Amino acid sequence: MSKTTTDKAPGPDTASASASASTEAEDQDLGAAGSQLSTAPRDEIASVPGLGVIGWARWFWRQLTSMRVALLLLLLLSLAAIPGSLIPQSGNDAMKVDAFRKVHTTLAPVYDKLGLFHVYSSVWFSAIYILLFVSLIGCIIPRTWQFVGQLRGRPPGAPGRLNRLPAHTTWRTDAAPEEVREAALALLKKRRFRAHVAGDAVAAEKGYLREVGNLVFHVSLIVLLVAFAWGQMYKSDGTKLMVEGDGFSNALPMYDDFKSGSMFQNDDLVPYSFDLKDFRATYEINGPNRGTARTFTARIRYSEGAYGKQKSTTIKVNEPLKIGDAKVYLVSHGYAPVITVRDGKGTVVFHDAVPLLPLDGNITSNGVVKVMDGYRNPEGHKEQLGFQAFFVPTFNPKAGTMLSQFPALVNPLLAVNAYHGDLGVDTGSQNVYQLDKTHMKAYKDAKGQLLKKLLRPGDTLKLPNGAGSITFEKDIKEWAGFEMVQEPGSAWALGGALAAIFGLACSLFIQRRRVWVRALPGPDGVTVVEMAGLGRSESAKVPEELGDLAAILYEQAPGAPDAEDDTPETHVVPEGAEK
Amino acid sequence: MTLAAATNEHLASISNTLIYSSMAVYTLAFFAYIAEWLFGSRSKVGRTAAALTVDSAGSADSAAQKASGPAVTVKRAGGTAVLERPKVVVRSTSGARDVPDGPGAHGGDAQGDLYGRIAVSLTALAFVVELCGVVARAASVERAPWGNMYEFNITFSTVAVGVYLGLLALKKNVRWLGLFLITSVLLDLGLAVTVLYTASDQLVPALHSYWLYIHVSTAIFCGAVFYVGAVATVLYLFKDSYEHKLQTGGKPGGFATSVLERLPASASLDKFAYRVNAAVFPLWTFTIIAGAIWAGDAWGRYWNWDPKETWSFITWVAYAGYLHARATAGWKGRKAAYLAMLAFGCWLFNYYGVNIFVSGKHSYAGV
Ligand code: HEM
Repeated sequence: MSKTTTDKAPGPDTASASASASTEAEDQDLGAAGSQLSTAPRDEIASVPGLGVIGWARWFWRQLTSMRVALLLLLLLSLAAIPGSLIPQSGNDAMKVDAFRKVHTTLAPVYDKLGLFHVYSSVWFSAIYILLFVSLIGCIIPRTWQFVGQLRGRPPGAPGRLNRLPAHTTWRTDAAPEEVREAALALLKKRRFRAHVAGDAVAAEKGYLREVGNLVFHVSLIVLLVAFAWGQMYKSDGTKLMVEGDGFSNALPMYDDFKSGSMFQNDDLVPYSFDLKDFRATYEINGPNRGTARTFTARIRYSEGAYGKQKSTTIKVNEPLKIGDAKVYLVSHGYAPVITVRDGKGTVVFHDAVPLLPLDGNITSNGVVKVMDGYRNPEGHKEQLGFQAFFVPTFNPKAGTMLSQFPALVNPLLAVNAYHGDLGVDTGSQNVYQLDKTHMKAYKDAKGQLLKKLLRPGDTLKLPNGAGSITFEKDIKEWAGFEMVQEPGSAWALGGALAAIFGLACSLFIQRRRVWVRALPGPDGVTVVEMAGLGRSESAKVPEELGDLAAILYEQAPGAPDAEDDTPETHVVPEGAEK
Repeated sequence: MTLAAATNEHLASISNTLIYSSMAVYTLAFFAYIAEWLFGSRSKVGRTAAALTVDSAGSADSAAQKASGPAVTVKRAGGTAVLERPKVVVRSTSGARDVPDGPGAHGGDAQGDLYGRIAVSLTALAFVVELCGVVARAASVERAPWGNMYEFNITFSTVAVGVYLGLLALKKNVRWLGLFLITSVLLDLGLAVTVLYTASDQLVPALHSYWLYIHVSTAIFCGAVFYVGAVATVLYLFKDSYEHKLQTGGKPGGFATSVLERLPASASLDKFAYRVNAAVFPLWTFTIIAGAIWAGDAWGRYWNWDPKETWSFITWVAYAGYLHARATAGWKGRKAAYLAMLAFGCWLFNYYGVNIFVSGKHSYAGV
């Protein structure tokens, strides 16, 4: 027997039986008609399998595709999602994970083993949702099949005793049974029920969209998941720090840092290029939230494709640049003071904007100026220079600290220490924001102390013994950090999500219900009309609708005097209602 | 550097005054509801008890007889031809207890009813005052009033009361919710003005998006409706065990009897809770999707497993579990209700817990 409800074997406690009667006798009354109002799988406890491997496999499949297991898997999924929200995740914040590892030296290896630093790509999390989705597919296919069967068939005929149904009404009429049935059929059809005459009764059903909605919803979940997985496999994600005036074109070597999914290929990168014209930030200038950022705007010129036309636009925090599947986000910003370094003869050996990394909300920043080549020391030897730079956009001498007091350029100040020697650039990759001092010697001042000076824009620090100078130019540039993301399949994910909402709304707000109208000659020859309604769940709407339908039908088949004289309400013939 | 719009201190202080005033009026409403319950306790209702005693005393099919008895009678209501229609006999699901709904907090007592009406009027007044407070707050910051937890809280309680009043206006039988709702609204506001208060302020750039309006407003609305559903679920659990006790011949305490007799039947409470939760579930789905779209614009990826996102997802899955449970034999009724409570617990944690204990991309100025 299939796992889904069939009309051959109505049983107690089917998933859809909430509206049907529970005792055996009543079940027989309602029979097929009462138990088939949804395609929800039956939830009997499958008997212990009998026959070998196939028996077990089948048993396992039935378990997996039952409502009960779907429910348990859902609960398990939500449970499994919890640790990832409480433990730092490497995909989200690798630095936090590192910090956690340092603090919890015993716990971290255990977490590592359990995959708790990347819960959402861990084996056990995947296992749960894959099982859930197998269950889902195993659930959808037979249900769709069964639903198609229901659509191709006709609404089931009337149960034996209509008065057992949740909503019921009856009256006696002088109209002939066939007339009543015809009128009922016409009425129900007009009300967009699927209706037909089956034996002595009209059987009608409406609200199939509920089942459609439910199936659409569950199918969209699959679409959503597949789109998400697809996006994960083909995504790429890189960052680029750009000083005002810099350009970028979308090719791997241009990135500062680049990650991609397992299936990504380099020529998947969407071709485009752009220049950062300028970056502007505004901040709250007074009140308790002084210094809080208000707006960030990057003005750019970009062109699509290799030789596209140049266009101007802006990128803001919530407004990425979108080119095909690619999006360019503004993610960070900071200052890039323009620095000039001269050798002892006054020749410029370095002149550039040097991006510095912010350390706090007021953009206290630090970084390094590296003079790689072109510099010769007073003895005429080739040497490299390195400067440690510490920068504050707003220095306030009264604050008692070197830290910046405001994020905008109100009173900028640059502190530098100078070193000479070998920067060690040749020995493998090197962080551009750090100075490797192993082969560097610090310049000392006249007193033998570390040479350092606070520079205001335009100031110059002279290196001792005519070794040259470093100038903090008046022009201070800003830089903006961009994240370039490509995640194919997001349109599918969105489509799936919207279809899911639509399906859900249909499934939750539409009632599937049946109406039967039976008209039979009574013992005294007067026609007895019986109407009954059945919804998927107990709802006030079903009796209401039945009442409306009955009222209309009653006009066409008006009441006849009651057979028993003891009926309290004697019949009043409605005016103009006689035939 | 352009000057950021200065916040309007004056409007902000008007807003604060209005919020405090609404708290005062809610407190009055609270006492009026208490009075309704107190006066109501004078009347002995005993409808549940009566129905259940008949049930257990009579034969097994007494319920069926009750239901099928009138069904064979031809009845027509109304005197005029237009209104004339056959009467529809409704049978409740067999297996369910055939218990009538209680009369409400006033228990049929005229004075209690009067206080109840006063309470509703006061609630409506407080609602209007609070709404003005929220609007003034919005005006003072020239944006939607959903930038921090304080604003979220005041909006949340306004919407919850709005939902309640809306249901009353639709002539739904929900007055019994009043006391429970107003109690928690007072708690919510108390928390807002003491612990969570944040001076009115502009938004950080990450919050500058029309998705803020869409995502946050629906989130607040869903929360308020889920809350109403959760209150009904708790009451259902109490009422259900009360009915169960009566049915099995137990004797519930006097206080429980007095209170629970006046509530709707457990079946009605259950149905109400289900309707409320189911009705808002698609909107909650939409809220998450809107959040994902916004995240796609703001953070570069539409789904980041940020703690807030994760807990929205958990909440969503928990409610989906609840809806499934309702359709699964052996899980209907109490078990499904526990799931609904769990799901609402997830929602609460998502709001308070995640904001306070977990840091993620959703943390903005002033919690
Ligand atoms: C991916 C996980 C799933 C989620 C998030 C989910 C979600 C939902 C939701 C929200 C509903 C309520 C809508 C309604 O009542 O029509 C629902 C209904 C339903 N689901 Fe799922 N579902 C999932 C998996 C499954 C699976 C695996 C099955 C099959 C075993 C299943 C079978 C059903 C059925 C039969 C209904 C209709 C219940 C009824 O008629 O009231 N679902 N589902």
